[in-house]
Amino acid sequence: MKKLTMIMLVAVLSMAAVFASGAKESTATVSTDGSTSMEAVILSLAEQYMNDNPGVNITYNPTGSGTGITAALEGRCDIGLSSRALKDSEVSSGLTQTIVALDGICIIVNKDNPVADLSIEQIAGLFDGTVKNWSEVGGADAPVVAIGREAGSGTRDGFESITGTEDVCVYSQELTSTGAVITAVSQNPGAIGYASLASNLDSVKPLTVEGVSASEETVKSGEYKIQRPFVFATLTDTPLSDAAQAFFDYAVSADAASIIAGAGAVPVAE
Amino acid sequence: MNLRNLIAQKGYKDNPRRLIEDVIHLVFLLLGLVAVGSVLVITIYLVISGLPAIFKIGPAEFLFGTRWASTASEPEFGILPFILTSVYGTAGAIVIGVPIGFFASVFLAKMAPRKVREIMELCIGVLAGIPSVVYGLVGMTILVPGIRILFGVPDGATLLAAIIVLAVMILPSVINVSLTALQAVPREYEEASLALGATSTETYFRVTVPAAKSGIFTAIVLGIGRAIGEAMAIMMVAGNVANMPSIFKSVRFLTTAVASEMSYSSGLQREALFSIALVLFFFIMIINAILNVLKSGRREG
Repeated sequence: MKKLTMIMLVAVLSMAAVFASGAKESTATVSTDGSTSMEAVILSLAEQYMNDNPGVNITYNPTGSGTGITAALEGRCDIGLSSRALKDSEVSSGLTQTIVALDGICIIVNKDNPVADLSIEQIAGLFDGTVKNWSEVGGADAPVVAIGREAGSGTRDGFESITGTEDVCVYSQELTSTGAVITAVSQNPGAIGYASLASNLDSVKPLTVEGVSASEETVKSGEYKIQRPFVFATLTDTPLSDAAQAFFDYAVSADAASIIAGAGAVPVAE
Repeated sequence: MNLRNLIAQKGYKDNPRRLIEDVIHLVFLLLGLVAVGSVLVITIYLVISGLPAIFKIGPAEFLFGTRWASTASEPEFGILPFILTSVYGTAGAIVIGVPIGFFASVFLAKMAPRKVREIMELCIGVLAGIPSVVYGLVGMTILVPGIRILFGVPDGATLLAAIIVLAVMILPSVINVSLTALQAVPREYEEASLALGATSTETYFRVTVPAAKSGIFTAIVLGIGRAIGEAMAIMMVAGNVANMPSIFKSVRFLTTAVASEMSYSSGLQREALFSIALVLFFFIMIINAILNVLKSGRREG
């Protein structure tokens, strides 16, 4: 038995040595904290940046926009992440907001649905159950089937906060991916759903919202209403650490635009 | 005990084959412990990570609360809809699947011509091997629109769709286990019955089936276990809205409740998901206990 213990000990120690040598001492850490909707954007930015700059470690704590803003204000993180514009009170308490990207959300219906354009109030009504039949918004006489994402999804959070339907949506289906929402909408003539701008919408019909169709240009110009900013919140009076400033500069530079687009958001840097 | 003493005591020097033998025993013991260890780790982990949230929310509120709104500004964590959906869904699958599976196995064991039996057994084998995501996919693209058109409901992603998918999924285990039980009935029982003038159908249902009773119960319990633990297929057809169950409503099972929210969850929501997993684990333990009682009952009989 003693022999076995020895062998195991040696095995554990050698494994520990392997893992320890893998974790190189990083010279600097940049901590980000906040919006779960920004997870895809911030993680792909961090991955690319850490690849290009070995020795920098970027951490991300998915807590939600409100918590991220508070954390930035209290200096518990370098950069606070918010998927809404900062309120005046937050700016006056000493935070600066920098818009890194925009998030546009498409409203999609079945291809057989004659409805082509809706207002935000109509969309909210279709999802919160006050509009039960498509004929009420100028469509055919068919029941409305609202299809959404699961609780905690960034797209759902974005859609519900923009249309003001938080916690009141009456869904027929809550699916766990954008692809599943698109498939479900493509199969049900009465369905309405939402999907991020970057997804493939060939099998469904994207609606225009208040006369504006969703595209990168209309989101950027602000004409398309169902959108929200992805914001970096930083302290106005205290400068960032060198490492954090370098990452910040990278994230708002044109170099990062393709990474942001790849993560499904609309980059603002030219 | 030091190494030299051990070698001397076991006589490895004189008999190297004994050393090999002992080493191999040790290896087998370790491999066996992997399974035991996994069960222990899973149980302990589930209890540790699942219990706190139940007490934070309140056991009664958690188990009997009828509203689940995990990300609302005032979150509510009632899992009664999930528990009832799992119970109803499994019961529905049993009600549809067991008669089909039972009669199919009687047919296969006693009545089917050899050719037919071989082809059917092959098909059942294939059915058992189809991954659950494929069941879900077919259910999503054929069954869900089918239910919408057939029953004229706005949306076909309902409890009914989940029940039908589950009923098909439990068929192979129900058929295979009852088939084995029916085939194990001694031929003399049937011959005695036939000799007394009973028809063959009477013999199968009055003699063979009662003799294979405990095996058939085992098949049903296995089916229940399979149905209650399934997640992927029903996540794709049941709609996943936390409604109280009703046949034409979108519903969420215990399994899908855990699976659908886990990826983005945080804080109490995440802990509550572990608690749901603990409740599900508890259900499965009960089913396993029933299965063990049935099996030991069969051995005595």
